[in-house]
Amino acid sequence: MRFDTVIIGGGLAGLVAGISLQQAGRSTAIVSTGQNALHFFSGSFESMLEAPERLTALFAGAGIRVHYNPGFRLTPLGTFREAALSLEDISLFPEAKFADKALIACVPGYLDYFSAFLAEGLEKQGIQCRLCSLDLPEELQDGSVERRSVQLARLVDRDWKKIVQQIRLMIKDEDAVVLPQLCGLQDASVPEHLRQEIPARVVFAGTMPPSIPGIRTQRLLKRRYEVLGGTYLSGDEALEAQVEGNRIMSVRTRNLDVHALEASHFILASGSFFSKGLRSNPFRVWEPVFGADVSYAEDRNAWYNPEFAGDQPYMQFGVKTDAALHALVGGSPRENLYVIGSVLGGTRPEFGSGAGLAIRSAFAAVDQILESL
Amino acid sequence: MKHQEKTVSKHNFEECMKCTVCTVYCPVLQVNPRYPGPKQAGPDGERLRLKDPYFFHYALKYCMNCKRCEVACPSGVGVAELIQSARIKYDHSAPKLRDRILASTDLMGKLARPVAPLVNGVTRLGLTRSVLDATLQVDHRRVFPKYRGRSFEYLLKRRAREQAMFLEQVAYFHGCYVNYNNPQLGLDLVKVLNALGVGVQLLDKEKCCGIAMITNGMSAQARRNAEHNISCLRKAGAADGMKVLTTSSSCTMTLRDEYPNLLGVDNADVRDAVQMATRFVFERLEAGATLRFKPGYHKKVAYHVPCHMERLGWGVFSERMLRMIPGVEFTLLDSACCGIAGTYGFKKENYEASQAIGEPLFEQIRAVDPEVVACDCETCKWQIEMSTGYRVENPISILADAIL
Repeated sequence: MRFDTVIIGGGLAGLVAGISLQQAGRSTAIVSTGQNALHFFSGSFESMLEAPERLTALFAGAGIRVHYNPGFRLTPLGTFREAALSLEDISLFPEAKFADKALIACVPGYLDYFSAFLAEGLEKQGIQCRLCSLDLPEELQDGSVERRSVQLARLVDRDWKKIVQQIRLMIKDEDAVVLPQLCGLQDASVPEHLRQEIPARVVFAGTMPPSIPGIRTQRLLKRRYEVLGGTYLSGDEALEAQVEGNRIMSVRTRNLDVHALEASHFILASGSFFSKGLRSNPFRVWEPVFGADVSYAEDRNAWYNPEFAGDQPYMQFGVKTDAALHALVGGSPRENLYVIGSVLGGTRPEFGSGAGLAIRSAFAAVDQILESL
Repeated sequence: MKHQEKTVSKHNFEECMKCTVCTVYCPVLQVNPRYPGPKQAGPDGERLRLKDPYFFHYALKYCMNCKRCEVACPSGVGVAELIQSARIKYDHSAPKLRDRILASTDLMGKLARPVAPLVNGVTRLGLTRSVLDATLQVDHRRVFPKYRGRSFEYLLKRRAREQAMFLEQVAYFHGCYVNYNNPQLGLDLVKVLNALGVGVQLLDKEKCCGIAMITNGMSAQARRNAEHNISCLRKAGAADGMKVLTTSSSCTMTLRDEYPNLLGVDNADVRDAVQMATRFVFERLEAGATLRFKPGYHKKVAYHVPCHMERLGWGVFSERMLRMIPGVEFTLLDSACCGIAGTYGFKKENYEASQAIGEPLFEQIRAVDPEVVACDCETCKWQIEMSTGYRVENPISILADAIL
């Protein structure tokens, strides 16, 4: 099967590249081996200090609304981090003390949300906090039933009016209400409804994964890509590439076996260790599809920091490229293979830099592909 | 340093890193809170079951085996395989009469075929359906597939000599549905393949692929069918280059993947030969074969990728084949389960869940308002036709209708 560009990886980087190329009239395919880091997305593009028109337009086309307000966002642990560009349901504050008094709502039996940490963090900023409990919908009152973000979000999307009712009954003189980010999974307008109907500033606080705004973003981007005519191969896996000189000719996948994906350009957006874009054993780290060069420490003891929460050197490992993002193989660049997103390495999840890297590198690769024929 | 290069656990279960992504895409979990979900029922539960079979839980029966967890898993874990193999291994309760009947698609077809008009008339009656509901817990709102008086095998045998004239031959695993309910689909395939210069042969007495037996606690019989079918494929020469085409994505996945992975029946020598017909036709058209299309043909088609087609990763072949038909106005529907999952949605206890799972898909179909919905799975067809009123056809039938 022949395409203009074949993209390995269907997460944020791969989809942004795929949508951009389809919009420019190029035919593309995305090979996606399972779901991706968008399912862990905070909703903020923290390392993006600007709001590129190009990105906001691309998202708007997919029905994803973002806003730009340089300031701070609230983390699930009650701390504040700098952020400028975010999905619309993520609140951004000019300063961390965003209210005088906050009502923090939690869900009984839902273990992926830390209201006590939130209260502690807000108190530190001088926000007076009160905790309250939301009643569970009938379906989830049985204690044996698993309560995860997705199950709860489906019910909140359906019954958001009941949440409004409960909050209106419980609120006293608070000027802010903190709710877990458990809405807007299918229906993106629910966060907005809650904000309009609750008589105080509504702030959504992130939960443990899977991330509701992240899943929604993935779904909308994938749909947009397919509407533009892109071929999204879910659950397939790129196995190996056929190379001639310094050019990649085609990539073979597990499901399509003899039907290799031929293209003029290839983009590697396969993610880091979690997504198996990078593989490792106790002796080495490698990139499995193209055998691209990977930068990593020779001494295995230098891979890890015994301080668990400290900087982990292995997070810096990634595929080596030239300045134009061409992958290096045996030291020489593959002229039609671009590397984007976290397979490049060097991201710092604690700084939220993954999304920014994904988007910037995707645009950089797309621009070069569109310049060539 | 001693080092084990690859995971050796069955169904890759040690690769699970508890990321919970599978729970996002499980259609059952979305509507049935009683179901523990793919992560708990699959890899999490497996750890416990390995310690003590006591931890096997009856709620695993709620798994529809749609495989969406496996498509979503970033770590390559056979989540649904873990669940279904646990059911095979630990659930020793005898299947209910109702489940036996629903799973015995082959036997039911054989019994119903000679008296098809009678059976079709009777199953249409409200009274019959109420009785079935009350006695067997087959939901009364379900519309039953119709049986045909002449089986596909009978119809093709009459044309055996004509088919043998073609220089190139393929075998066709038609499955129970084409044989008893929709012989026209088989004839459509014959029309398309003949137009490409290919003759169609039957296998020597194929049996039901067994997928419904696997999910209904009849794995011993499923294994017998699997062994029989694999020997049929070998006899037809599938190990020596003979292609065996199919028009049902679920039969295909069962023959290729469930036989070795769930039933322990080795099919390594014939697995590659088993292919969806749309893939074969696409290959021919892409290689330059031509078909004579009806002039002025126009059809608005919305394509639904069945769950098992998604697991095979072959929706792209049906999509491309349909797009090659001049005059087809094509829409790809969002990837979603229709909710029927074979025999699952026929059971009274699953009816509500089944319809709730399918609703987003039904809604999208109504919004697109196509002339026909294309789909490679017969049970999706029943579900979508019953729930939306839109006509559903196999992509092969749509192609057959478009050519002269």
